[in-house]
Amino acid sequence: MADIKLTDLTKSYGPTEVLHHIEGDINDGEFIVIVGPSGCGKSTLLRMVAGLETVSSGEIQIGGKRVNELEPSARDIAMVFQNYALYPHMSVRENMAYGLKIRKLSKAEINRRVEEAADILEIREYLDRKPRQLSGGQRQRVAMGRAIVRDPQVFLFDEPLSNLDAKLRVQMRLEIRKLQQRLGVTSIYVTHDQVEAMTLGDRLMVLNGGYVEQFGTPIELYDRPASVFVAGFIGSPAMNFVPATSDNGVATLPNDAQVSTSLGGHSGSVLIGLRPEHLIPDDAGAISIDVEMVEQLGANTLLHGTLSGTDHAMVASVAGHVTADGDSQHRFRIAPDLVHLFDLQTEKRLAI
Amino acid sequence: MLKRVHFPSSPLPYLLVAPQLAITLIFFIWPASQAMYQSFLIEDAFGLGSEFVWFENFQVLWEDSHYHAAFWRTAVFSVLVAALSMGFALILAGFAQRVVRGAMFYRTLLIWPYAIAPVLAGALWVFMFNPTLGILTYFLKHLGITWNHYLNGGQAMTLVILAAAWKQVAYNFLFYLAAMQSIPNSVIEAAAIDGAGPGRRFWTIIFPLISPTTFFLLVINMVYAFFETFGIIHAVTQGGPGSSTTILVYKVFNDGFVGLDLGGSAAQSVILMVLVIAMTVVQFRYVERKVEY
Repeated sequence: MADIKLTDLTKSYGPTEVLHHIEGDINDGEFIVIVGPSGCGKSTLLRMVAGLETVSSGEIQIGGKRVNELEPSARDIAMVFQNYALYPHMSVRENMAYGLKIRKLSKAEINRRVEEAADILEIREYLDRKPRQLSGGQRQRVAMGRAIVRDPQVFLFDEPLSNLDAKLRVQMRLEIRKLQQRLGVTSIYVTHDQVEAMTLGDRLMVLNGGYVEQFGTPIELYDRPASVFVAGFIGSPAMNFVPATSDNGVATLPNDAQVSTSLGGHSGSVLIGLRPEHLIPDDAGAISIDVEMVEQLGANTLLHGTLSGTDHAMVASVAGHVTADGDSQHRFRIAPDLVHLFDLQTEKRLAI
Repeated sequence: MLKRVHFPSSPLPYLLVAPQLAITLIFFIWPASQAMYQSFLIEDAFGLGSEFVWFENFQVLWEDSHYHAAFWRTAVFSVLVAALSMGFALILAGFAQRVVRGAMFYRTLLIWPYAIAPVLAGALWVFMFNPTLGILTYFLKHLGITWNHYLNGGQAMTLVILAAAWKQVAYNFLFYLAAMQSIPNSVIEAAAIDGAGPGRRFWTIIFPLISPTTFFLLVINMVYAFFETFGIIHAVTQGGPGSSTTILVYKVFNDGFVGLDLGGSAAQSVILMVLVIAMTVVQFRYVERKVEY
């Protein structure tokens, strides 16, 4: 087990820089999720840690040791691939034993480790099958088993659940989390699914266009998103953004409605962020939405529409059942400390 | 219960397969049966008549020590041609797969030899190894080796094997490259992370995964070595010196069209045909059973 340190890490393909000055300290035993939209460089970053991509500049340390120049095999890591990457011509047992055989462990030791991992993952009865005889979920377990038996310092996961169906994904997500807590191995997990990221990670690294937007715990990201991108990416349905003028704790919306904020001492144009679930129905509330469509989700109801008098799209999430037809006006209030303010130009959070 | 589906009968399916059937009938079944029939005949010395002798031609071959020698020669020749060309193609494909820049150029170059007619390929090698003019002969001389494949049977055999293998490398290369590219990259990366170096990755992951291609190519190359090397041998050594490069297919030609023993030659070609059919059947059976993953 080990900590990982990324220092001023960049990656370029020819003149194109795809990762820009990534910094990050990952503590021993931590579960880090790298999350971002496709093409943001998250898989590249993971592959650099694995040693499958070269480092253009900067440094990667695993357990206090610089690994930039080390072969993947010398980094003491194990990786679970999106397509599982099982060796198709080997049985499950051989797949799991492959890395151990290379390290010249004794037969008895290999057997012991393989069977122990098989028991943890409940795949003992499939040990003599070939990968093509297994279902997607079982292959996923074998891929995890192959990582566990090696007893590495670091686990790397490259979107391991994206090929599974929705139900299995939720189940495997829990199992991965439990397994990681039980083994206590430092892990980096790449995904584009923000729910997966929120539920799995001790801390999340949000990547966008090769830049780290924010690196923090799921709750930090939710409560204090550092940028418009993070605010919109974390949370479902996504946060509403409306341009406004802020003046000493009061934000004036385009339709002249006034919302109090807890940010005093700032005046000028801002972007105001309101989470749908923080809008509370209140007939005396300042925020008025022309509802155009209603989505009944059972536990809560989503009201889609526009900010009255403007064409800014707004969504409100209201607990329980709300019967509202389209084309009706609803009013909401919001607590001042739940109003997020962002700089209109830089899209960065204006600190409260 | 199995449901049987009946299609309304129509002449269309028969029409659609007719061209292929016609080609097979005219260019394979008919000449093959002619050869079968011919193999039961012995022609008289002046070609004026022939006698139906049942299996006498085969019996003669069975007892002919020259034929036995040609048999073993062919075995050695085809095994070496197949092994050499496949082995070399495998190495080249392994390299080509790693090349990123200029990959198309490199691959195109490697495919060229396949476009050369066998006789021309043979001529090329003859010139390079010509005992008086050949450039390679000249280099070999500096190494203290006297090269004369017109006199030395072993050298003649080496030369035709080289020429025949070289001609086939391009074909094998294409298949190996395609097979290697169909292996997902992540499988190789997983092996790298598991601690396997390039050599071990090749032998424990890549090689087993391309084994279906290897078996397929083995069949193709054996058939190639048995039949299609005729042109090369004819251009390079004409079966000589003596009969040191007379493989079965060349002996068929030599005995039939030079020696004018049409019956004996036909019998040889029938044996050759049976041999190749048997080889193909055995190998495909083996492929079906052993190569599975």
